Amino acid sequence: MSILVDGKTRVLVQGITGHQGTNHTRGMKAFGSNVVAGVTPGKGGTQVEGVPVFDTVREAVQATHPTATCIFVPAPYTRDAFYEAVDAGLPLAVIITEHVPFHDMLKMLYYGKLHGTRIIGPNCPGLATPGGAKVGIIPNVVFKPGRVGVVSRSGTLTYEMVAGLTAAGFGQSTCVGLGGDPVNGTTFIDTLKLFHEDPATDMVVMVGEIGGVAEEEAAEYIGSSFGKPVVSYIAGRSAPPGKRMGHAGAIIDRGRGTAESKVKALEKAGAKVAKFPYDVPRLVESSLKELR
Amino acid sequence: MVLLREYRGKEILRKFGVPVPPGKVVRSGEEAAKALAAGEVPVPCVVKAQVLAGGRGKAGFVKLVNTAPEAVQAVEGMVGKEFKGETVREVLLTTKADIARELYLSITLDRSSRKPLLMASAQGGMEIEALPAEKLLKLPIHPLTGLVAYEKRAVSKAFDLPPAAAKDLDRIMDSLWAIFEKEDAELVEINPLALVGDRLLALDAKVILEDDAMFRHTDFQQEHGELSPLEQKAHDKGIAFVEIGGDIGVLANGAGLTMATLDVLYQEGGRPGIFLDLGGTDDPKKVVEAFLMMTEAKPKVVFINIFGGVTRCDTVATGLVEALKQAKPDFPLVARIRGNNEKEGVQILRAAGIGSYTDLAEAARNVVALEQGKSIAPPPAAAVAAGGAP
Repeated sequence: MSILVDGKTRVLVQGITGHQGTNHTRGMKAFGSNVVAGVTPGKGGTQVEGVPVFDTVREAVQATHPTATCIFVPAPYTRDAFYEAVDAGLPLAVIITEHVPFHDMLKMLYYGKLHGTRIIGPNCPGLATPGGAKVGIIPNVVFKPGRVGVVSRSGTLTYEMVAGLTAAGFGQSTCVGLGGDPVNGTTFIDTLKLFHEDPATDMVVMVGEIGGVAEEEAAEYIGSSFGKPVVSYIAGRSAPPGKRMGHAGAIIDRGRGTAESKVKALEKAGAKVAKFPYDVPRLVESSLKELR
Repeated sequence: MVLLREYRGKEILRKFGVPVPPGKVVRSGEEAAKALAAGEVPVPCVVKAQVLAGGRGKAGFVKLVNTAPEAVQAVEGMVGKEFKGETVREVLLTTKADIARELYLSITLDRSSRKPLLMASAQGGMEIEALPAEKLLKLPIHPLTGLVAYEKRAVSKAFDLPPAAAKDLDRIMDSLWAIFEKEDAELVEINPLALVGDRLLALDAKVILEDDAMFRHTDFQQEHGELSPLEQKAHDKGIAFVEIGGDIGVLANGAGLTMATLDVLYQEGGRPGIFLDLGGTDDPKKVVEAFLMMTEAKPKVVFINIFGGVTRCDTVATGLVEALKQAKPDFPLVARIRGNNEKEGVQILRAAGIGSYTDLAEAARNVVALEQGKSIAPPPAAAVAAGGAP
């Protein structure tokens, strides 16, 4: 088992004929993902990396029955591409595209909720279940199958953390990159709930960063309801204070959002917080020992 | 984010039907004298420096004046002065309002509830952060419905205004929502929203537009009061660049990895000072540009820490080698490139005489040693060869 994606996942790639779409279709296939179709309007009937390309998502769905879409469509068109996927009945949309306006994302999020489509992203590296499927762009070389769940708000730092776990011998059940935008389709808490239910996940590594209050909110959930050990790393402890977002932003955060407040909240919730990325494997080891 | 100065924020308010006092922007005492003589702004009036940072009133950058010569003098006293790192170039002359009450009204994104949030307070004016939570009304707006009437009634009830002003308030809330949505704003704030007689008037405006939506709004030019010239140049090229006092240059990809690199360098006793986040790229030219920009910032040592996903290691390596040819930097370089096409990238670097580390802590220690003028051993060949392509 795992969460969100596994060996049965059938992947559609929207924007497959673009540079990134093509490259990462190759990467997903090399990982072992079953990429069943691609969509690029006007390029129907062609093939990319042996994958049939369709003009519309509906045609692709009728012919190949995908269960998840990976969206590489440029930001000005991402919203429309997502709506097309929702209307064609896809339950999972992984949006890799960066710079999607949050105004678009707000509408996408609630439209998806109305119709039962979960979003991972935008501006995210996607997710992967080692030995199962990858939907996204995380380098294949970092993974190893195992029982540690990983959830992260960052992109490249996720690769770093997963590579560190693999090097230390700790394989992963599923790794999820939520994306670094102000509005995420799936949150830390959403993902933790899935890991909570997953018998193949023994514990979770949660990678956060300064800004926003997602880590503090996750800490509340971890403290009250999450039944598995958590090791966390928060990037940006030493970052210079950010530029202020006007009065309204300051009011919403009310002193939360700093590395300090996140670390404190997580420790209070019983999580082990690593000071540096390379401390994580050691803390994972001791958490797993305590489990036995 | 695109921050707009007060007068440009007010232009947007006006365009969407929010009542704003008349005003005139001037750039010198001479221009002020002309505008006052022509009766464009009657005295007594308010003289307001057009800067992006808050707190200008307390610092003397907002002045109430009674006569034209006083106004001219106030303008001359502000133009060219610096306020929180920003030089005053424009000054707004605006009519003085007889304020009965000051209210606060804004719409912004609440990341926590993932909804726009309307905030209102019957106590506007200075320092809205200082307001106790119970004095601030917070109403989430559902993105699929927009601002609905019952929510507006809640604000109206809390403000307890005379009938004409209550009608104004209702329209102003609709306007704020329209601005937030149609202009792709991150923040629309009126503070104070003043009760003058029995009508409402927006005496200040803070509007921040969303960078990522600027493809829909080509009419707005960026205004970045707080960026250094190099930061501005980087921004124009789509590279995130931050300068703080320190002498290690860090070239990384992704905000999270950049921050983690910074954490580790501090831990090792280093003083990182320049951060350049390449973001996702597979264009070697962008790497060249980024590196040349780094050279301009004159670091003592540069740490390249890349974990390639969208960015391919061979792309970074190719760009880097080309940049070194062009720039011939006089500072040492420590590289750590991992991820997609790692083997190829490491080979390209090695052919150019640059070793690449696998271990982050080890790489960081060597960076700090170089910063402190010590010499370092090259990365072990085994480490260079480790890892592989996807």
